[in-house]
Amino acid sequence: MADPHGVVAEHAEHSPHLRHHFDSMEQQFDSATLGMWVFLLTEIMFFGGMFGAYTVYRSMYPEAFASTSMHMNPAFGAANTAVLIVSSLTMALAVRSARLGSQKALQIFLVLTMIFGIAFLVIKGFEYHEHWVDMKVPLFAGHWDYSNTPEFPHQAQYSHQAQILFCFYFFMTGFHAVHMLVGVGIMITILLMARSGVFSSQYFTPVEISGLYWHFVDIVWIFLFPLLYLIGNARKLI
Amino acid sequence: MQLPLFPEAASTMARQVDYLYGYLTLVTIVMSVLIFGAVFFFAIKFRRKSEDEMPRQIHGSLILEITWSIIPFIVMLSFFWWGAQIFFANASPPSNAMDIYVVGKQWMWKIQYPEGQREINELHVPVNRPVKITLASEDVIHSFFIPAFRIKHDVVPGRYDTMWFTATKPGRYHIFCAEYCGTEHSGMVGWVTVMTEADYENWLAGGGSEGSMAEQGQRLFEQMGCSTCHQLDQQGRCPNLRGVYGTRIQFTDGRTTLADDAYIRESILNPNARVVAGYKADVMPTYQGQLSEEQLLQLVVYIKSLATTGAPGAPTANSAPAQGTQDTGGRK
Amino acid sequence: MSTALQTPEVAESPNYLNSEYGWRSWLFTKDHKRIAVLYIISITVMFFIGGIFASLIRVELLTPQGDLVNSDTYNKFFTMHGIVMVFFFLIPSIPATLGNFFLPMQIGAKDLAFPRINLLSWYIYIAGAIFALTAILLGGVDTGWTFYTPFSSTYSNTFVITAAVGVFIAGFSSILTGLNFIVTVHKMRAPGMTWGRLPLFVWANYATSLIQVLGTPVVAITLALVGLERAFHIGIFDPAIGGDPILFQHMFWFYSHPAVYIMILPGMGVISEIVTCFSRKSIFGYPFIAGSSLGIAIIGFLVWGHHMFVTGMSMYASLYFSLLTMLVAVPSAIKVFNWTATMFRGSISFDTPMLYAFGFIGLFTIGGLTGLFLATLGVDVHVTDTYFVVAHFHYVMVGGMVLAYLGGMHFWWPKITGRLYPEGWARFAALLVFAGFNLTFFPQFITGYLGQPRRYHAYAPEFQVLNVMSTAGASVLGLGYVIPLIYFLWSLKYGPKAGNNPWRAKGLEWETTSPPPTFNFDTPPVVTEDAYAYGSENHHEEERHG
Repeated sequence: MADPHGVVAEHAEHSPHLRHHFDSMEQQFDSATLGMWVFLLTEIMFFGGMFGAYTVYRSMYPEAFASTSMHMNPAFGAANTAVLIVSSLTMALAVRSARLGSQKALQIFLVLTMIFGIAFLVIKGFEYHEHWVDMKVPLFAGHWDYSNTPEFPHQAQYSHQAQILFCFYFFMTGFHAVHMLVGVGIMITILLMARSGVFSSQYFTPVEISGLYWHFVDIVWIFLFPLLYLIGNARKLI
Repeated sequence: MQLPLFPEAASTMARQVDYLYGYLTLVTIVMSVLIFGAVFFFAIKFRRKSEDEMPRQIHGSLILEITWSIIPFIVMLSFFWWGAQIFFANASPPSNAMDIYVVGKQWMWKIQYPEGQREINELHVPVNRPVKITLASEDVIHSFFIPAFRIKHDVVPGRYDTMWFTATKPGRYHIFCAEYCGTEHSGMVGWVTVMTEADYENWLAGGGSEGSMAEQGQRLFEQMGCSTCHQLDQQGRCPNLRGVYGTRIQFTDGRTTLADDAYIRESILNPNARVVAGYKADVMPTYQGQLSEEQLLQLVVYIKSLATTGAPGAPTANSAPAQGTQDTGGRK
Repeated sequence: MSTALQTPEVAESPNYLNSEYGWRSWLFTKDHKRIAVLYIISITVMFFIGGIFASLIRVELLTPQGDLVNSDTYNKFFTMHGIVMVFFFLIPSIPATLGNFFLPMQIGAKDLAFPRINLLSWYIYIAGAIFALTAILLGGVDTGWTFYTPFSSTYSNTFVITAAVGVFIAGFSSILTGLNFIVTVHKMRAPGMTWGRLPLFVWANYATSLIQVLGTPVVAITLALVGLERAFHIGIFDPAIGGDPILFQHMFWFYSHPAVYIMILPGMGVISEIVTCFSRKSIFGYPFIAGSSLGIAIIGFLVWGHHMFVTGMSMYASLYFSLLTMLVAVPSAIKVFNWTATMFRGSISFDTPMLYAFGFIGLFTIGGLTGLFLATLGVDVHVTDTYFVVAHFHYVMVGGMVLAYLGGMHFWWPKITGRLYPEGWARFAALLVFAGFNLTFFPQFITGYLGQPRRYHAYAPEFQVLNVMSTAGASVLGLGYVIPLIYFLWSLKYGPKAGNNPWRAKGLEWETTSPPPTFNFDTPPVVTEDAYAYGSENHHEEERHG
């Protein structure tokens, strides 16, 4: 069985993780990180489209917006923000552990990040449930019906405008939550890989690029939180 | 065998558009001939004569690059300039233009004249007089296109659009819907008839059976309960509408607008969007869903027709209502 | 006769085609060349499906009345023609086929940066295509490929969501291809392959990838909003309940205008490769062609409003978009001039790829210039939404892009398959395509100015003669497409074997076997000369002007 390209011989000299179309681990790592950055760029454009549409409607209907923002619960939002920021810290520490080859620390920080991610989703779940109970989910019939609610001074004609804006709230936080869910899934995968001893200080690319993804999802929330919860809600907070 | 190249030119702008089109076509022909010609000529003159032939390599010329970037761009700027001029002219109807109102719906054009005539898919206009068309849609986006006048404007639901023309040649010309709108998009066609002044007067004298648009609007004003609050000869809990059209309105948040057709329409359909300074929100109910686009136009024409008669409390930017307003609403 | 060199029969060396057999070796491959072949097959299928709809349209338009099918059916024909051709043929075409195959080879790499993502992007394309075909089979969509609201979101009774999902999914295929190309060009160039030595085909695909990555997510979210609106009756774009239909148009065209540059830029890259090879000359103005690709990509994001001049946009917005559209035409013009100058004092041969390049240069010139008619505000008001627009975009998309695709397929066919196609038939088909195309679409400029609106099932009788000419041209054009399908397939078995470099072209892909080995190069290349270094033997005689 000939080895015309010296493949078997070469294998002995490089990491088992080096894919054959790359010349070196460094090239592979650089490519993976650049690839993740480009992917995150597409995500910015994706969320950006929604942010843009939301901004257009908010400027068209400032009064309806003011009434919808009164329904956000900034306590939930703030809790989620805190949870995500801490999770980004644990993620960064996980990446650092991987670089240093500290297996135990890596696994602990991955688990912590996962826990915080799940906590975010649980809090979001409570929040959505509250909206459901208050009949504020405009995707379903009978919800967000202003005509019988005397505390909303602007009558039925606003219900449609408010519906649009609240829909954007659900779409934007919903898409974000889906990305968080995918992030948790990624954490599980990375954790399993870590437990089987795949990573070392020579090879930790999947941890690095997962970290980039996680930080990005966090940053999207940092934009969502003030936009949806804080602006127009200042009275409630003070 | 009929093989026309240009549609009839029947408006003041039509020939101008044709001249610009001619200029663009000329430049296109010249450039195409130059490029096709050069390619053809080079292909023949420099065709390969032997299998191993290797020509001398030429890598580039900065002067050529700059030249053939700048000169075309300057030519394109001339296109832009001339085109913008025509566009500006198209956007500014003369102040003495007569009004006609066109409502597009799947799949017909409903035309209303201030004098009261109504037509479906037929438009009658006099020659040599500027005509301003106000466009509204009852459902999806349509587009009102008269090739002979070289004009077109989308008819977007939820708002008014306007276009204007001055017809120059009596005759009958196509009207087409030019924005795909569903099944019978290609059936949404009609005719514009340009008549001499005399013929037009005769045609108008036929009149509409229901009175002028303003009269129809007045009946609606009473039927829909508008007159309950918007009493025209005294200050009510709502702004007096006499003489309002065309004035500047100030709102509670300090912004102002011109009281034009679009403002009247918005006030009827979405009264709390902008509330006149000195008045309260949540008093006027919305009429969304209760009035067709044609009826809205009739109300607009009626309100436009209300002359200023010096009635007390005519709204100005600084006026306050004569009495305190109660939040009882003006609902029927 | 053809100048391609034939080599005598040799035992077939191991290459990417014969290294493994069996359907699993194809459907689970990571080899960019095999993935390119998978794409070639899928895209060809979608092209002919789109072509069938085009034929049905042209047959109906032989007569002014709508007498072949009813209006709803006709409306579905042009919608499906547009959706299939734009999203499932034009957007992926050259990057996913020739780009996938040759971008790594041209930079001296063994594969793309992410081979498994490459395969995934093909599967995603197939998934999207299945949704689109499902929409067709269930009964079709009738919104036009532009999905304008509120018709698409509220009024249409057809399978809008299914079609929108298909387009949404296919968009991710496009994004992943672009992502892969960007990282590959940045990170995997062979030693000595500097940015300034990259073949222009690589530059073109790189610029295209930037657009794919930045623009496609916006159309994805736009179509997602339309789908959600249809499903939940929310009213984002429905004015009766507070939505803004023009917002849809802004969001849609923000992607769809750059999308047309996704479609044409790779074609321009192919033309650069062909013109240099068949003139045996280095490209004239290399930095300008490379730079113009980037320029088109960037400025292309700033002009979307020129599709909306009659929507009632503000005067100032209209002026801005008109002016910038004039600007974006300049880099395209630069390319045309540079290609022509490349031919000057070259050694021109008339092989089929070069015939397609000639056609491209001429037809793209006309198509591009008629775009300026549309950018000119005063004229656009008259001709927008008429057959003038239809003629314009078919000149650039078919006269430009499809001709470039066919030229590229002929150019690289020997490398991809190791076989030569029959040159006589190929030249005949190229002439049929050129003649048929012009007969089909030139009359449409005239009917457009006369006032025939687009998307019309029935039209005014005075337009009939020109419509009949157009349909006649379409039959010739269709024949011109079918003939290559036949002889390409024939050549796989019966075509003479091609050598490594039948065209004596410059470029790393020609320095390996035809077909190439699985890892592209037996020894990794080291690059020491610029792209298109024809006559490098005569290096000392290089002339520099300017």
